[in-house]
Amino acid sequence: MSPLRRRLLFGVPLVLAVAGGEGFYVLLRRMRNNEYDPHALPSPLIGKRPPAFSLPGIAGMRGFANTDIAAPPRPMLVNWFASWCMPCAEEAPLLGQLAAGGLSIWGIAYEDDAKSLQAFLAQNGNPYQRLASDASGTTAINWGVYGVPETYFIDKSGIVRWRYAGALTPEIVKSTLNPLLERYS
Amino acid sequence: MRRLLLLLCLLPAFALAQTMITRDGVTLTPPQEKRAEAVGGQLRCLVCQNESIEESNAKLAAQLRGIIRTQVKQGVPDKQILAYMVQRYGIFVLLKPPFLPLTWLLYAMPVLALAVGFAAFWFGRRHGNAPKPLDEAEAARLEELLRE
Amino acid sequence: MIPELGHFALACAVALAFAQGVVGIFGPSLRDARALYAAPLLACSHFAALAGSFLALVWAGVVSDFTVENIADFSSSATPLLYRITGIWGNHDGSMLLWCVILSLCGLAVALFGGNLPASLRARVLGVLGLISGGFLLFTLTVSNPFTRLWPPPLHGAGMNPILQDPGLAFHPPVLYTGYVGFSVAFAFAIAALIEGRVDAAFGRWVRPWALVSWCFLTGGIALGSWWSYYTLGWGGYWFWDPVENAALLPWLTGTALLHCSIVVEKREALKAWTVLLAIATFSLSLSGTFLVRSGILNSVHSFAEAPNQGLFILALLAITIGGSLLLFAIRAPVLAASGIYAPISRESALVLNNVFLCAITAVVFTGTLYPPFANLLFGVQLSVGAPFFNQTVLPLAAPIIIAMGFGPLLAWKRADFAPVLQRLYLAGGVAAVVFLVMAANRHIIAALGLAGGAWVVMAALTDLAQRTRLFRVPLGQSAARFFTLPRASIGAALGHIGFGVTVLGIAGMTLAVQSVVVLQPGQSTKLGGYVWTLQDIHSAPGPNYTQRVADITVADKSGVFLRLHPSRRFFAAQGTITNDAAIHTNGFNDLYAVFASELPGGGAELRLNEQPMAPEIWIGGLIMALGGFFSLSDRRLRVGAPARKRVAAAVAS
Repeated sequence: MSPLRRRLLFGVPLVLAVAGGEGFYVLLRRMRNNEYDPHALPSPLIGKRPPAFSLPGIAGMRGFANTDIAAPPRPMLVNWFASWCMPCAEEAPLLGQLAAGGLSIWGIAYEDDAKSLQAFLAQNGNPYQRLASDASGTTAINWGVYGVPETYFIDKSGIVRWRYAGALTPEIVKSTLNPLLERYS
Repeated sequence: MRRLLLLLCLLPAFALAQTMITRDGVTLTPPQEKRAEAVGGQLRCLVCQNESIEESNAKLAAQLRGIIRTQVKQGVPDKQILAYMVQRYGIFVLLKPPFLPLTWLLYAMPVLALAVGFAAFWFGRRHGNAPKPLDEAEAARLEELLRE
Repeated sequence: MIPELGHFALACAVALAFAQGVVGIFGPSLRDARALYAAPLLACSHFAALAGSFLALVWAGVVSDFTVENIADFSSSATPLLYRITGIWGNHDGSMLLWCVILSLCGLAVALFGGNLPASLRARVLGVLGLISGGFLLFTLTVSNPFTRLWPPPLHGAGMNPILQDPGLAFHPPVLYTGYVGFSVAFAFAIAALIEGRVDAAFGRWVRPWALVSWCFLTGGIALGSWWSYYTLGWGGYWFWDPVENAALLPWLTGTALLHCSIVVEKREALKAWTVLLAIATFSLSLSGTFLVRSGILNSVHSFAEAPNQGLFILALLAITIGGSLLLFAIRAPVLAASGIYAPISRESALVLNNVFLCAITAVVFTGTLYPPFANLLFGVQLSVGAPFFNQTVLPLAAPIIIAMGFGPLLAWKRADFAPVLQRLYLAGGVAAVVFLVMAANRHIIAALGLAGGAWVVMAALTDLAQRTRLFRVPLGQSAARFFTLPRASIGAALGHIGFGVTVLGIAGMTLAVQSVVVLQPGQSTKLGGYVWTLQDIHSAPGPNYTQRVADITVADKSGVFLRLHPSRRFFAAQGTITNDAAIHTNGFNDLYAVFASELPGGGAELRLNEQPMAPEIWIGGLIMALGGFFSLSDRRLRVGAPARKRVAAAVAS
């Protein structure tokens, strides 16, 4: 082997390490800017319609089926939540503001009962136009819900465009939800 | 006599009932349970990170275990059960990623690493084949040693 | 006051470490004897300052000084004394300090025991260690200071994560860290040798004991961690291919490769550049393993305090250490010429093949562990790489190593013949074949392969020892006498192989484990693994800082009840968490394992019962491996320096 080729060969570990280091640097920077979360998982529903379901109402409100959100007049949110979930109570005021601003939010209560749900809504406000109950959690699994709260953005043609797992925050609304609303309305 | 016959007929059924395994609300035979465990071992618990749903204590994992066991009981093949999960949670749910262009490097790694290793071994051995003559210092040292 | 003293000592240590680094690396070129001997002195004082700092933190922990934020966050007045001390390294800031203390301890060891090294090499080794230490101490002091004060102090403290309140975990981090950090010495040797431009047989001989010590600790640390997860996490599993576990396995694999190929350097002066690269890679993997898992990039069950801001600082330190050393390697290593020649069948070839396969496993585990974040970065896809992938890719790569492990030690250097070696191994081969056939007849093919492999390795190593001592050919007393005159390094190596074989036996046996999850009411029983397990009752019992519900289980075989197991569920009021304490009964070859998974409202208990054949062998094997390493360290050759004469003689012989 020529000395030059030998030299190049000995530089390979350095090149690999530099490439790896650069990758880690970009990952760390993205994590810091909240662009990358290793624990988040993308929803396979994005770009598709929600699977068929028909859920009864709860707490005196009307339930709904997949056909009811197949072609909403304006883009809407479907919010999965539960009365026993702390982050759901945290995001409730923000949902209230969004609903007051004219956004239609439909709720699905995950593995919950009417009594505690009523208490939850009385305490945290009720931003929902309709409220369905998935008592068994089967519909949640069909949607790919892995925890509450989860919020799905559905456009006018009934297609899921965005899913957020965890409590919504004003930053997320500003950075992601508002641009989506602008784009799809 | 008749009673005895009846008892004898029931006995295997009774013994069988004893060995049935109930987990997450579904009762299976031992081979079915084994298949369910093998399928569950391929799936990642979504709530707890890096545990399979067979190992997890999370509620969602228990529900998914129930679904797997129901499907196993219905005779749904393993592949279809895995596809059911992927349809809902994406390929993230598979602890062994599917063979796709973007995982080619991952699956090629064992062969690639071995190929590079063997190439280096073969080359390195040949490279060392040229025994270099002793340099001056070594020659002097050798002389010194021989004199001792 | 005492925490401030600790803080001050930490600041002193930073200054001393950098001084040690600069004096050590540049001193030898001044051609001034004072510069050469300043480095060891600086290393001693650097250690003394850090030890003082660490003791100050331990003191704060022991007296529960909640004005120290670190103590207030991770300890409480109800925590038992042992865990008040071990809790110091149960969190990020404290474990960083422990890490630095161990690094300075390595420097101290080189200063004290490096008397047989050329003074300039010793100074440079200490210099490299000093610079690494300085970098990480600076990080500890500025970004993750464990002495930060808190005012007003809380009354009780937040308390320690209950799952960490366990003797196994108390000693797992220090042992593991000693393993990780110990490879810094091998690394420093490699860097110093590259700076000096000399890698020869002496290098192989000097670097080996240091690599061996750290390897022993790393082996012990991994075994402890695995054992801990086996008996506390309550899954009955021992290895989950979690990124944090892989992070410990990677340096172990390259470290094992380093141990084997440094023998070739020492004996045959071949593979020099490769050995240097392995020394660099092993420490680089230790560093990345320790720190990147904490950056939160990898998805792990082990929850560390995640701080991406600190991550950038750490990444910069890693870039300097790893990038700098590989740059030096790229510049200086190409001139290192190999001189030894060997045939395809020879001891050298066996050792090289061992390296090829170990490094292939390393590459696979490395790629698998880092694939998810990098797939996300490059393709925007979130995927998982878990146990099923690693089992299917790593085990086939391990099989050739297991086979070769039997032959390797019996092959001659330079050029060997297979036939006589095969003849000498007929017994080992026979035992392995019998084990395989017996197990395969019972349709346990995977277990059969594993058990046969383990038996092969153990028997081959024993055969080697037996033949060296001429066991059964000469009177027993004479054999014993021969045994004591064998080089301790070869006994240690045989022990290492036996230990690995025993671990393989354990892992293979565990594939036969049977498990059952049952709901029982008191008085009901279930059958598992040929035993009848009966839940007698469930009662409450007090604990030091928890309350517990205990299930009383009896296990009976044909001759009646022979065992009572008491798995419990512990409630830690301070944290509001529950842990499951598994009950394990072992006879050395088989574990009966019971977990009280949950108590049902109706009064019954959900129990997880396991029978785990050969489980103890996994850790016994790890222990034997580590002991073999330590035994090998006591070899005369390693204690007595001055390899020069023998070396030239060997060179002449070739």
